[in-house]
Amino acid sequence: MKGFGGPTQAPTWVTHGLVPLINLGLALVIAGIIIALIGENPFEALRLLVLGAVGYPEAIGYTLYYTTNFVFTGLAVAIAFHCGLFNIGGEGQAYLGGLGAGLIGLYLGHWPAPVVIPLAIACAMAFGAFWAFIPGWLQAKRGSHIVITTIMFNFLAAALMTYLLVEIFIKPGQQAAESRTFEAGAWLPFVHDVFAAFGANIGRSSLNLSIVVAAVCLVLFWFFVWRTRWGYEIRAVGHNESAAVYGGIAPDRAIMLAMAISGGLAGLVGVNEIIGVHHRLLLEFTAGYGFVGIAVALMGRNHPAGILLAALLFGILYQGGSELAFDMPNVTRDMVVVLQGLVILFSGALEHMFRGRIERLFARRARAVAA
Amino acid sequence: MAGEEHRGAAAERGPSGGPGVPALEVVGIQKWFGSVHANDDVSVAVAPGTIHGIVGENGAGKSTLMSIVYGYYQADGGEIRVGGTPVTIKGPEDAIAHGVGMVHQHFMLVDTFTVLENVVLGVEKGYLLRSTLSEARQELERLEREYGLDVDPDAIVGSLPVGLQQRVEILKALYRGADILILDEPTGVLTPQEVDDLFRILRALRDQGRTIVLITHKLREIMALTDRVTVMRAGRVVDHVATAETDRAQLAAMMVGRSVLLRVDKEEAAPGEALLRVESLAVRDRSGVLRVHDVSFTVHAGEIVGIAGVAGNGQSELLEALAGTLASEQGTIAIGGAPVPAGGRAEAARAMRRRGLGHVPEDRQRMGLVTAFDASESGVLGYHRERLYNRGALMSRGAVVDAVGSTMEDFDVRPPLPTLRTANFSGGNQQKIVVGREMSRSPDVLLVGQPTRGVDIGAIEFIHRKLVAMRDEGKAILLVSVELDEIMSLADRILVMFGGAIVGEVSQEEADERTLGLMMAGERADGAEAAGA
Amino acid sequence: MEAVTWIVLVIDATLRVSTPLILAAFAGMFAERSGVVDIGLEGKMLGAAFAAAAAAFATGSAWLGLLAGMGASVGLAMIHAFACVTHRGDQVVSGMALNILVAGLGPVLSLAWFGQGGHTPIVADTARFRPIHFPFADRLSDVPFIGQIYSEIVSGHNLIVYIALGMVPLAAWFIYKTRFGLRLRAVGEAPEAVDTAGISVAGMRYRAMIVCGILCGVAGTSLSIAQNALFVRDMSAGMGYLALAALIFGKWRPVPTLFACFLFAFADAVQARLQGVDIPGVGIIPVQAIQALPYLLTVLLLAGFVGKAVPPKASGVPYVKER
Repeated sequence: MKGFGGPTQAPTWVTHGLVPLINLGLALVIAGIIIALIGENPFEALRLLVLGAVGYPEAIGYTLYYTTNFVFTGLAVAIAFHCGLFNIGGEGQAYLGGLGAGLIGLYLGHWPAPVVIPLAIACAMAFGAFWAFIPGWLQAKRGSHIVITTIMFNFLAAALMTYLLVEIFIKPGQQAAESRTFEAGAWLPFVHDVFAAFGANIGRSSLNLSIVVAAVCLVLFWFFVWRTRWGYEIRAVGHNESAAVYGGIAPDRAIMLAMAISGGLAGLVGVNEIIGVHHRLLLEFTAGYGFVGIAVALMGRNHPAGILLAALLFGILYQGGSELAFDMPNVTRDMVVVLQGLVILFSGALEHMFRGRIERLFARRARAVAA
Repeated sequence: MAGEEHRGAAAERGPSGGPGVPALEVVGIQKWFGSVHANDDVSVAVAPGTIHGIVGENGAGKSTLMSIVYGYYQADGGEIRVGGTPVTIKGPEDAIAHGVGMVHQHFMLVDTFTVLENVVLGVEKGYLLRSTLSEARQELERLEREYGLDVDPDAIVGSLPVGLQQRVEILKALYRGADILILDEPTGVLTPQEVDDLFRILRALRDQGRTIVLITHKLREIMALTDRVTVMRAGRVVDHVATAETDRAQLAAMMVGRSVLLRVDKEEAAPGEALLRVESLAVRDRSGVLRVHDVSFTVHAGEIVGIAGVAGNGQSELLEALAGTLASEQGTIAIGGAPVPAGGRAEAARAMRRRGLGHVPEDRQRMGLVTAFDASESGVLGYHRERLYNRGALMSRGAVVDAVGSTMEDFDVRPPLPTLRTANFSGGNQQKIVVGREMSRSPDVLLVGQPTRGVDIGAIEFIHRKLVAMRDEGKAILLVSVELDEIMSLADRILVMFGGAIVGEVSQEEADERTLGLMMAGERADGAEAAGA
Repeated sequence: MEAVTWIVLVIDATLRVSTPLILAAFAGMFAERSGVVDIGLEGKMLGAAFAAAAAAFATGSAWLGLLAGMGASVGLAMIHAFACVTHRGDQVVSGMALNILVAGLGPVLSLAWFGQGGHTPIVADTARFRPIHFPFADRLSDVPFIGQIYSEIVSGHNLIVYIALGMVPLAAWFIYKTRFGLRLRAVGEAPEAVDTAGISVAGMRYRAMIVCGILCGVAGTSLSIAQNALFVRDMSAGMGYLALAALIFGKWRPVPTLFACFLFAFADAVQARLQGVDIPGVGIIPVQAIQALPYLLTVLLLAGFVGKAVPPKASGVPYVKER
């Protein structure tokens, strides 16, 4: 087949830099128009937002704390994308991850921290991985559409957690569906406490050592996807399943592996939230972070560098957005959710609208490929 | 045959001799796909009440031309005339309005619908289906009586055999009042009996005054059915001739543009031990249809065995079963004397490769490559677990790039850049990446499917030379190709497949197009009719 | 008698809960039958709920509220069609984007326009769809059984409940008995067949999405100004996804989908009445177990453990002409 006109390739900076920026710009412009329509000055809003996100030490701490969550969920969505799967179940997997971390916190919290914390991290990943593995298994072995099953698993996770917290883990004599607070062994140290131990004083925030875990994940993700045979196999299955089978790669295994890793990464949100910040089990701590992961992965083009930047962006938006409401009562963090939807729309659903055109504009004809 | 005497008569009414205005005429059609000039100044006139063949090799531009006539693509230049009047055809609806119908190579049917529902789709009379359907039922009964086009109007199309599905396509066109019927490679998927039925129907239609355009690359059909024929090559018209005044050899020469068919210089084969031994193999395809049954053969070291056959007679499934990507139902496959455990899919493919089997798959884009990968990554597909490319848990990019880079040099891939995306190579160069990957490991047994499909002449010759060189190194090569020329020029022994079974074997010396053609049509070498599926 | 009353009340609640579910599931049916996967049912319902409440509050008219709800929902459906049909974007991504967009936009606008955090003001009863009481319903309510059924189940629902129930046979008729339905079913199964028959694939899919938008609009309206008297953030509470589950459970066919909706709504009605009730021999059934049931059933169905759900062949696949 002469299916492709001529070998063309746009420079990397266009595909991975300019196009995402244009999509982000469009989302920002529309969000700005909405802000203007509701009678506020979008530029002032932007200024306040950035100030609220990075203007003082505490704010930076909170921004990075949100970023940590988004790195986890962004990577989770991305690894599934590499295998050609859309994992919408990040919320549920994060929820279960929190349960895993929380169980360790509740029952082993009296052990020394260097033992408990790795255990809690491992348990969070295992629970998240398990919750994603089932839809992965159903997709691989039974052909159940992963989008629908992961959505269903979000609701199942919510029902499960509500049941556990209302009926089992609830602190006796208390109304709110929350567990007791963990013993100190299961507290992942706050970054400001770590700095304080070395005599440095930085602003207090929710930022905890989960950010180190996130950094490690970013690096490992790159090596895993592009420098291991498992990553190679996952990408092969994602791009062309028949070719993968031809190459001796079992798609069902790749699918289950990718989903388990995806769930494990999402489960780390539970580490950041449960043993990092709240130090007890509670309801709805995932707060939509799983869905933000979709936007982050799409914007970051499933590459850790891009995901880091996109997660930072959303960290800024989340932190700045909640600060914004103090000065602009009409613009709450819901506006950030709007922006998040717009980002997914432009860099995901409408990616073909500009991408092709822009890339063609910059495409340099590769040398004539004669034969 | 009833059609024979009509042919001469109809040819007289043709554009060269007859007074009639052409039923359909295209003048100076131009069409580009990207940088590919698919139609270059193509002009054809089709006389009314005739069967007009358009013949050419795959990729000659004949399907593109007819897709333009049917409004599926817009021409970049030129004119379409129906009954002498220039018409604008922007979409299939315009073509239908001008009385042009088309039977596509891949049927355009809704599998879950009944025959009746498929026939009325798009030309419903009124908003409610009930009256439309009852009217259509009567019309179908009439068509059935007139042309012997019988199909159960209430059958679900997906459950019908392909021959009947094609009949539904013809009914669709006729129901839309088509006076001009275009058929694109209509016999590719049919059994010989179904082909006979189709020809009978087409002649009946012609005799009732309808005009038929038959697109095909099969000369036998052109000779058997058409009144006039247009030969196309590389997007251009070579010539128009009356069928009665030509023969297959002349048409073949015009089609390929050279009177001497591809010949590869090679020594006499010196077969050694049997490296691939297949016994009583039976294979079902992915939808559960038995496509290969009771197939046994051997391929020896130092020989090329070719499998000839009309596409769809089980060759693809045989190849996939040998490669492991399709589970075999029965029988044994032995490589180098040791039987390979039966299995399906990926694990089996890996096991086969470990046993020293290389496989150039029939469809490189679907199977042989990951077009989104770098050439270097595509270049190790199936071998990515080898120790050479891995250092512990990590793959060594350097080792991969070096190895694939040097293979690309050896196999003349242009440009020889392992870091370029696979999709950015031309078809021929993609094929050379696949061929290079599979050959450079010098497997004991090499399976090769359609090695030169969609590949330019230069690359064809290169690949053919490589295959012969490998044979001379003492490897066993199994070549599956629908291109008879390719089989005849490369293979030392030729097996012919028909209806899922091997119906004959000939050596290269005794092979000629006629003998093979007969066998491919299901007649055994001894003259008996084969019991095909 | 106690038991009869209980059953009547559960059926009554089932009808009420199933209304938006049925409308949304049928909306999804039109979309998916045309080949467009729509996980944005949730967002369209939520958007419609907000628009209906806002318009009803502002104009004092329930009908203008309904119109606004349908308008908002159709608008969102058109964005989805623009992304997925015109630009061949990923349908799941697009649906998700719209769900998230609306989840944020509703509260933003209600804050900006009405100064309320995350909800609209309460809509007056005159601007809502109120229960319609059939003749003699009150007087017959004391007649055991028949009277109870008439007054509680047949009578006493808001207009949208009746609209939803009336829509079902109408939708089934459209899908199976009309030209539009034939082409709709065809375009979701074999778009290339529709294209070569001279019908615009994109046109059909846009039309299907308009129907989808209208039905979702009615569904959302029923949430905010029929069952409730205001818009609250996230008030659709996953009902769009549940509708999607019902659609799959009903195998993309009208009657089974209707019953799937009833089943899911029934589960919801029952769990509300079983809270803390000690059933002899069983004990207390956790509410969450019943809440999880529809999702669990759908997963089991998708896994092929209970029947097999085969979606329209072309659903989720953008149409690209082949050479």
